[in-house]
Amino acid sequence: MAGKKPPSETAADAASKSADATTDATPAGAGAPADAKPAAVGNHPTKRVLVTGLGSFWGGRVAQALEADPAVEVIVGLDTIEPSVELERTEYVRVDANYSILARIVKATQVDTIVHSFLVVDPTQMSAKAMHEINVIGTMNLFAAASAPGSSVRNVLLKSSTAVYGCAPEDPVWFTEDTPRSRVAHHSIEKNLEAVEGYVGDFAEDNPHVNVTTMRFSNVIGDEIETPLTRVLKLPVVPSVLGFDPRFQFVHEDDVTRAILFALHNRLPGTYNVAGDGLLPWTEVAAICGKRTVPLPPFGTGLMAPALRALGVDLPEEYISLLKYGRGVDNRKLKDAGFRYEYTSAQAVRAFIERTRLKDIMAGGTEYQYERDVEQFFRQSPAVVRDSDD
Amino acid sequence: MARDATAKSETQQSAISGQDTSDSAGLVHVPTGELADERPDARISDVDDWGRSEQMRALARRVYDPIYSRWFRAEWEGLENIPTDGGALLVANHAAAIPSDAPAIMHGIETELERPVYGLADNLFRTMPLIGTMWSRLGGLPAHPDNAYRLLSEQNQLVLVFPEGSKGPAKPFHKRYQLGRFGRGGFVEIAMRSGVPVVPIAVVGAEESMPTLFQMKGLAKSLGLPYAPVTANMLALGPLGILGYFPAKFKLKVLEPVTFDVPPDRERYSRFKVMESSEAIREQIQQALYEMLRNRESVWFG
Repeated sequence: MAGKKPPSETAADAASKSADATTDATPAGAGAPADAKPAAVGNHPTKRVLVTGLGSFWGGRVAQALEADPAVEVIVGLDTIEPSVELERTEYVRVDANYSILARIVKATQVDTIVHSFLVVDPTQMSAKAMHEINVIGTMNLFAAASAPGSSVRNVLLKSSTAVYGCAPEDPVWFTEDTPRSRVAHHSIEKNLEAVEGYVGDFAEDNPHVNVTTMRFSNVIGDEIETPLTRVLKLPVVPSVLGFDPRFQFVHEDDVTRAILFALHNRLPGTYNVAGDGLLPWTEVAAICGKRTVPLPPFGTGLMAPALRALGVDLPEEYISLLKYGRGVDNRKLKDAGFRYEYTSAQAVRAFIERTRLKDIMAGGTEYQYERDVEQFFRQSPAVVRDSDD
Repeated sequence: MARDATAKSETQQSAISGQDTSDSAGLVHVPTGELADERPDARISDVDDWGRSEQMRALARRVYDPIYSRWFRAEWEGLENIPTDGGALLVANHAAAIPSDAPAIMHGIETELERPVYGLADNLFRTMPLIGTMWSRLGGLPAHPDNAYRLLSEQNQLVLVFPEGSKGPAKPFHKRYQLGRFGRGGFVEIAMRSGVPVVPIAVVGAEESMPTLFQMKGLAKSLGLPYAPVTANMLALGPLGILGYFPAKFKLKVLEPVTFDVPPDRERYSRFKVMESSEAIREQIQQALYEMLRNRESVWFG
């Protein structure tokens, strides 16, 4: 999921425009779109949803959760890679990295809601250039499509990151949604996120009839998601920076999905930080995981990066400054809107490490590997007799 | 898969937004588990959200107490002016190359009033390995208005700030007890916004504990420090003098709290009012210092 990137990025690119939108052959309302009710979506709840980044961890999980909601009629998922989770009625459309085909998809599917979850915020995954292409150009295309005349889109949710606040010694202990950055962004992710949020802001301004929610997620942790932080916390010893013990905030992956769904269904306007309660010193994070920290020298860490990477410590520059200064965000705005977290920062770390330990033991176990094929058969084969509802 | 669109619009709210996700169980993992406050607490250290650790503070108090009570023989006057509950912004004059006043004030109030004190300081501290971490564990944090507001207004804490900033400790010995400019009155604005009083404190003794003879401006610049002094302690004690204070007698006088007749939580306050109050507080501390110095018979014995 969060790991490697598209093996077939260019395949979709090369395909002709019409072939571009080849859908997975799910029976789910394959033809429905064009005649469906147009712009008059009004105050309706979410019925037709477009999920960008279906292959990403979030995209997949949000689509799964939406599938469980009978009120949601159509779920279309876009990505350059196959979704990594089991999906029943979501239609997967393979697109090129910068989503140039989007305008046509939005028009054809008449979606009322866009969940924009394809932003890449882990710089170890790809080059800065590729990230720019996906994050910035992709978002630009998405919002160009959504603001086309007669667009059916009435609700947009952007999954951003608290990395947009940066990380500097001048920072306040808590960033609220309105606190400006202390320093000008110079890491590519931070620049990407600034540009993306800029597009979203413009879109919201130009389209006052559309509800726009921007959610900035803190460090996500959980046994399924993989981020630079979860990777280092799985190492036998955890790297730190000598003489620094900054405080970290985490949000559990379950709370992330819940928060996205919560925002979608309550149509929250504006920007929201999503992060568990409390800040923990990095040494305590390691201690909860039952690990020791091994300090890296406070200076010249950049020079050591290649050697560290060889040892399995892949810490991008952004994370080195995070290991020096940490970052805290005020999560009260979302709470005031009614959201309740399942995990505090500390509880999220504990849940992560407990499940990771168990997973390590279960890894060699017996997984019924044909399950997926059989399920597919049950769902789709004309040979299976289904009741009228499905 | 064709679904009745109108029939089910109401059911979804509870199905997804809240805790009641019973009908999404099974394939879809919309977590239904306990909420954070129902789970056992997973913390294993006592470091609070601001980085302060009461255990570390207690340890520091044990180590520092002999210095405070035997070396500096600190003596307080007017401690009753510090509120025993509710937030208050403590404001003092700042001195000594490595300021000896901050630990003395924090230690004194914590032992006498048994209330924690958070000290706001230059975020330069935060960039120093080890020192930054220690500083944070002992109750220091960057002087950002948001930090001060949250501590004062929402958490009703005592917050200590030196409005002179680094100009206080950087000044040469011949300018001792001459208060520098009180920044741009930011501390008054914060107190106004937080709706808390300012409690001025005049400190005598810190200036003589580590007098600055002259500044090495070039060195300071190349190291990126606000100042790099040569102190009398360095000349007298050699390398030990970097941290070794002279045993000047410390006297601390807490003045009457200053309250502001403005509503809290305003975006901005009249610049005139802010500067006027800031200047009045500066003048109060200055006059208190002059009075204390008039009555001081000896630098070492008070």
